Amino acid sequence: MAVIEAIGLRKMFGTTAALDGLDLTVTQGEVHGFLGPNGAGKSTTLRILLGLLRATGGTSTLFGHDPWRDAVSLHRRLAYVPGDVTVWPNLTGGEIIDLLLALRGGRTEIARTQSRRAQLLTDFDLDPGKKGRSYSKGNRQKIALIAALAPDPELLLLDEPTAGLDPLMEQVFQAELVRTRDQGRTVLLSSHILSEVEKACTVVTIVRAGRVVESGSLADLRHLSATHVSARLADGRVVDAHVPPAEVAAWVAARGPGVQAVTATPPTLEELFLARYGDTAEAPTAADEAAAPTGRRGRRR
Amino acid sequence: MTSLTGTGALLRLAARRDRILIPVSALALTALSVGSAQATVALYPDAATAMKELGPVLASPSALALYGPATTTSLEGLSIFKTLLMGAVFVGLLAYAVVRRHTRIEEEEGRLELLGAGAIGRQAPLTAAVLLAVIATILTAALSVGGLIGIGFDPLGSLAFGATWEIAGLAMTGVTAVAAQLTASARGTAGWAIGALAVLYLLRALGDTATTDAGRALRWFSPFGWASQVFPYGSNRIWLLLPAVALCLGLVAAAFALLERRDLGAGLLPARRGRTHAPRGLAGPVGLAWRLLRPGVLGWLIGFVLLGAVYGGLVAQVDTMLSDASVQQLLADMAGVPVASLLASLTGVYAATVLRFMAVAAAAAGIGMVLRLATEERATRTEAVLTTGTGRWRWYAAFVAPAAVVTGALMVIMATVMGARGHAALAAAPPVGQVLQGALEAVPAAWVLVGLAGLLAGWSPRVAPYAWAGLGLAFVLGEFGTTMRLPQWLIDVSPFAHVTVYPLGTWEWGNVVGLSLVAAALTVAGGILHRRRDLG
Ligand SMILES: Nc1ncnc2c1ncn2[C@@H]1O[C@H](COP(=O)(O)OP(=O)(O)OP(=O)(O)O)[C@@H](O)[C@H]1O
Ligand SMILES: [Mg+2]
Repeated sequence: MAVIEAIGLRKMFGTTAALDGLDLTVTQGEVHGFLGPNGAGKSTTLRILLGLLRATGGTSTLFGHDPWRDAVSLHRRLAYVPGDVTVWPNLTGGEIIDLLLALRGGRTEIARTQSRRAQLLTDFDLDPGKKGRSYSKGNRQKIALIAALAPDPELLLLDEPTAGLDPLMEQVFQAELVRTRDQGRTVLLSSHILSEVEKACTVVTIVRAGRVVESGSLADLRHLSATHVSARLADGRVVDAHVPPAEVAAWVAARGPGVQAVTATPPTLEELFLARYGDTAEAPTAADEAAAPTGRRGRRR
Repeated sequence: MTSLTGTGALLRLAARRDRILIPVSALALTALSVGSAQATVALYPDAATAMKELGPVLASPSALALYGPATTTSLEGLSIFKTLLMGAVFVGLLAYAVVRRHTRIEEEEGRLELLGAGAIGRQAPLTAAVLLAVIATILTAALSVGGLIGIGFDPLGSLAFGATWEIAGLAMTGVTAVAAQLTASARGTAGWAIGALAVLYLLRALGDTATTDAGRALRWFSPFGWASQVFPYGSNRIWLLLPAVALCLGLVAAAFALLERRDLGAGLLPARRGRTHAPRGLAGPVGLAWRLLRPGVLGWLIGFVLLGAVYGGLVAQVDTMLSDASVQQLLADMAGVPVASLLASLTGVYAATVLRFMAVAAAAAGIGMVLRLATEERATRTEAVLTTGTGRWRWYAAFVAPAAVVTGALMVIMATVMGARGHAALAAAPPVGQVLQGALEAVPAAWVLVGLAGLLAGWSPRVAPYAWAGLGLAFVLGEFGTTMRLPQWLIDVSPFAHVTVYPLGTWEWGNVVGLSLVAAALTVAGGILHRRRDLG
């Protein structure tokens, strides 16, 4: 069942198109990575799905409902964490967490989530007694994360939720993602931390300039992408190229019988993404041959 | 690098960011002073005629309390009577706005941190803000001086008029510089600075209306008291600028000393630890909004109670004023009442005048509360509320409804205190019930401006602050429109032009219902706009 369904989403800010026909499907139980370079339209998409922005064109549904019209009832089923959490300066962290819980279901929600809240406070190592203005960036992020994770919502919309978290806390967050996945709940995670995506996400969507350039499981993505191969020829020269996985054997055979050594490296996730973030949308499938002795060529731009 | 490095660059940046605010304020205040001066001069053939008509008004305690003492009996002096101190308050507010904008607000929004990491001295931002405020107020005063000389007024007197305004500008520059160091929030700064302005103005009012020498000495404790003693077109005591300069320098020096003692982004008072769980009341949008609005409301409440007590006490002065039989006759003729009921009608006029002014202040309280909605949105905190099951209408109502209630409640409380105190001091003064009725009659006008704030905040958080311009315009049109001889249709734009408080005890239902409907329509329109637009 599709929890999120967006078809041809368009959003104009004045004359700039933030989204230009974006399609996105997130099915139940998926931890869906949402990737793309700065300004690609990730936050805009999430804010439309939250009913904070009104799409200029296209349709989107959450649990089959219109996020703009049915915002309130949908929000009771989901939780959202932005990448830059701002808090009320004179409320304490504990008060803010309770408030955000109460906003979704009154005081009964605070009571219901009490033990989870306490556990998360320990896990994330947050002091709930400090005033909002005295929290560091990472600690503000934790406040929003705890308030979002404690109610165990059906859907988590996370927009760079770990910005500013230290590596230890990053691990706690990873564990929470795994827990969510194991319980069959759904996550849409926008992130620039590729290792985070690689560990927890089952499916990824890559957007660029308001459009989706790639969407699928990580395994598929790998499979579609070129493998880096290099061979030492009979005369000692080293040649290398990027070729589709299916064509590796053919490429090696074409180097002739005198090949002394061959290495084939599947692309790292980073290469995979960087290739798709760049100016040209095509994945590096062409067998671009290079005869330079140093071989390897970066694809960074 | 000295602690002042970068002041020039910051000053240019600040001036650029205020390139609309400062010129528009200066021009508007010049239009106010020169326009009403010209209109008054055109109205009366000579000073004697003017004095005959205006004299009794000028000597009344309400005029003394609100506008200060008349400077001279010359026509020029009479023509600037209303705009002199009121204008000075506006100049003070301009200085306050400029200083606060470029110190605490910058700091709160984190921009100062970005700048502070560059080659910017620690004292540079405050210095730049103070310099810009002084430049802005001098510009405003100078424009008015030029305008007054331009319409043929005495140059020295006009200069004294400018000095009066500059006294207020300098004082509020210093006051705001200190206030910006005391608390960690721009809102706290506003509370301290505006509170100080109110107290200083009140000290002057008490001094000017006092009947004993000791009481009159109070005015020397307030820069507004100094301003009221310059007497443009009379004794022209321009030298009173000197204590204002000294005060400004002293306060700015104090602000620098405080700045040295605190961290960037912090106040002087350290943040305390608080609860680890939300209290029972903080469990929904209404509870949250109230928690955010509560400190401000408390401040307004204290102010209104104090003002009610002070203005109520002043009622008794009407009696002392009227000991002379010929003055009694003159005033009775003017008011068109027999001498016997003179006291009652004079105190009635007085109460009605005060209520009209308090309605403006109550509107300011309400506008401030509604604009919190926009502040929350600009700080992107609204997002957290609206993505956790709170509808936009509820969130909008959580600010607008308390604003409307508080606006009305402040008027009721102030009227009750003033009425009770006045009636106790002077039996002929209107009883509480009548004063209360007058207050209620003025409330819908304040609601219209609260509704306007709702409309603007609903429309966009960026345009929301223009609600203050709306209040200023409504006040000027309603209060000075006739003096400036503006066309009636323009004056009628101001809701305050439709407040018919006097005579007390009679309802003018048409105005009450009409204004209430306009207020409701504006509020609902704001809610609809808020519901329909992009947020954040
Ligand atoms: N309120 C706004 N007004 C005008 N333009 C906007 C607004 N919000 C976003 N944009 C523009 O829309 C585009 C998409 O922005 P968005 O914030 O969705 O990007 P993003 O993918 O989240 O980027 P990042 O990785 O930096 O968070 C950008 O070009 C941005 O400048
Ligand atoms: Mg983003």
